[in-house]
Amino acid sequence: MAVEQPMRSPVATPGDQTRIHNIGYRNYDGPRLGRSYATRSLYSQSLRGSYGLGRSIKSKVLPMLLFVVMCVPAAIMVAVAVATKAKDLPVDYTRYAIIMQAVISLYVASQAPQSVSRDLRFKTVPLYFSRPIETADYVRAKYAALASALFVLTAAPLLVLYVGALLAKLDFADQTKGFAQGLVSVALLSLLFAGIGLVIASVTPRRGFGIAAVIAVMTISYGAVSTLQAIADNQDSTGAIPWIGLFSPVTLIDGVQSAFLGASSAFPGAVGPTNGEGAVYVLVVLGLIAACYGLLLRRYKKVGL
Amino acid sequence: MPRQLCGLTTGVVRVTIVEAVTVIATESLSKRFPRVTALDRLSVDVGPGVTGLVGANGAGKSTLIKILLGLSPASEGRAEVLGLDVATKGADIRERVGYMPEHDCLPPDVSATEFVVHMARMSGLPPTAARERTADTLRHVGLYEERYRPIGGYSTGMKQRVKLAQALVHDPQLVFLDEPTNGLDPVGRDEMLGLIRRIHTDFGISVLVTSHLLGELERTCDHVVVIDGGKLLRSSSTTDFTQTTATLAIEVTDTDEHPDGTRAVRESLHARGVEVLDGSNGLPGAGHILLLTAQGEETYDLVRDVVADLGLGLVRMEQRRHHISEVFTSEEEQRKEAAVHGS
Repeated sequence: MAVEQPMRSPVATPGDQTRIHNIGYRNYDGPRLGRSYATRSLYSQSLRGSYGLGRSIKSKVLPMLLFVVMCVPAAIMVAVAVATKAKDLPVDYTRYAIIMQAVISLYVASQAPQSVSRDLRFKTVPLYFSRPIETADYVRAKYAALASALFVLTAAPLLVLYVGALLAKLDFADQTKGFAQGLVSVALLSLLFAGIGLVIASVTPRRGFGIAAVIAVMTISYGAVSTLQAIADNQDSTGAIPWIGLFSPVTLIDGVQSAFLGASSAFPGAVGPTNGEGAVYVLVVLGLIAACYGLLLRRYKKVGL
Repeated sequence: MPRQLCGLTTGVVRVTIVEAVTVIATESLSKRFPRVTALDRLSVDVGPGVTGLVGANGAGKSTLIKILLGLSPASEGRAEVLGLDVATKGADIRERVGYMPEHDCLPPDVSATEFVVHMARMSGLPPTAARERTADTLRHVGLYEERYRPIGGYSTGMKQRVKLAQALVHDPQLVFLDEPTNGLDPVGRDEMLGLIRRIHTDFGISVLVTSHLLGELERTCDHVVVIDGGKLLRSSSTTDFTQTTATLAIEVTDTDEHPDGTRAVRESLHARGVEVLDGSNGLPGAGHILLLTAQGEETYDLVRDVVADLGLGLVRMEQRRHHISEVFTSEEEQRKEAAVHGS
């Protein structure tokens, strides 16, 4: 008997395998966590997707590369500051994102279509709306996810700068204030850029068009605005410079932070908006963010099933 | 097999009627767009089981599903799914039902497992449960090792299975399947139909399946709802459609004593006053099948006795159903006739 039993088990193995296939259907009577959980799941999936996590290796390359490109200059600056025992960081916290705007635009251009155009192109959207979530939940989750991804991208180098500044024993209160102002500035920038990127990307199911359109909107508007500002500066009509700045996302953020967040303006002749003009900037930024959200809602009302 | 029994005895049918609780109920449901009326005062009750929704393109099938999912408000009338009002309880309904769209809806660059897990979470399943249910469901729809590969490389049949799996993964009480056999080859079609049948018999999930192929619905559904131009044409059980007359098909063996057993049975039955038809329909090799009209239990006994007396072997004695399409054709003809008489 004792000899027979071990012999039986290998014989039974193929039987066991077939039995696995024959397990009957099991009902699910566990919890169903509903709408808000589903929205959070979509948010985390989209946020992870913005860095290629949970997707193919190929789709990890670009976002990760851009993240590294964002952080390396900050690390170098910190290294220089520590080595040269400088009294201040070579770049303001608020200025960093403005300098790196090309990288940020590229990131928005690549990830906004990834986030929404794919769902449109492969018609996955109806599957979402056949589940408990509503149109607004979908839009909120996607918007929040891309804005968070952008915040991670823009705040990480600021963190590198801040940590480096503390290591270099620069003035703590001064650095903390700058860092906080920088965070507020990049938070606004993330919301604005994510909104613009998503609105453009949600119009087309073609990813290529989406990428091209986002890059075009970001660079052409900035190019046009800074050219006009330079001309205005040349002709000594400095009063016009802040008003022209209202027409591109980057200069909008620049204006807001130079009016309220203690940043030095990157405008020609460093002519930042006054407090009154700055208020207009803030209103325009907030209005644009709200408008992007509203446009996305309207867009997805139509997509449906 | 149980389906065959269902066709033989009306008793079984009655049992389902006793059990019947309404899964979907609409009451003069209308949906009007500026230019088109998609649904026109549709009142229909659907019980548990597999229900076929038939209609030509543009008959209002998709509009009906949209309203039943609570995604599009009705212009008029009301509808309930699983006892929940579609106008106010849309989210609750969508938590309890599954939906498989007609069109492609799968991203090609993720694996079936990842995709279905995500969809399970979107239905409110906690992460661990989502993963377990995904593995279970993919196995039930017949996807095994390939489920870890990106969906882009799947065949149409496999993609249909993934689409079905995402509709079932949260263990709904009811699924809407929109043209699930579209684009499948005959074998794939048979497998899909078998699977749909199992969704009800094995999984206990009610099914509303749309199709424009009546033959499919006949084999799969307990109940058929026909809509045309947004109006209800007919709603009745499949057995009602096909059981207006019960035709019996018999096939017997030949023996030395009776080299043509089929003829011997036919003559013998004829002698006892039973009308026997030739089941061949001019097809070669089908001449061995006899068709006769069953009058009741005694017809079965009679056939048994006749065959036994002749010493033949009874190879086959089965109920031949009429095809739903025949019923429709005859109905349409009747309507045309009525129209002619009316004018």
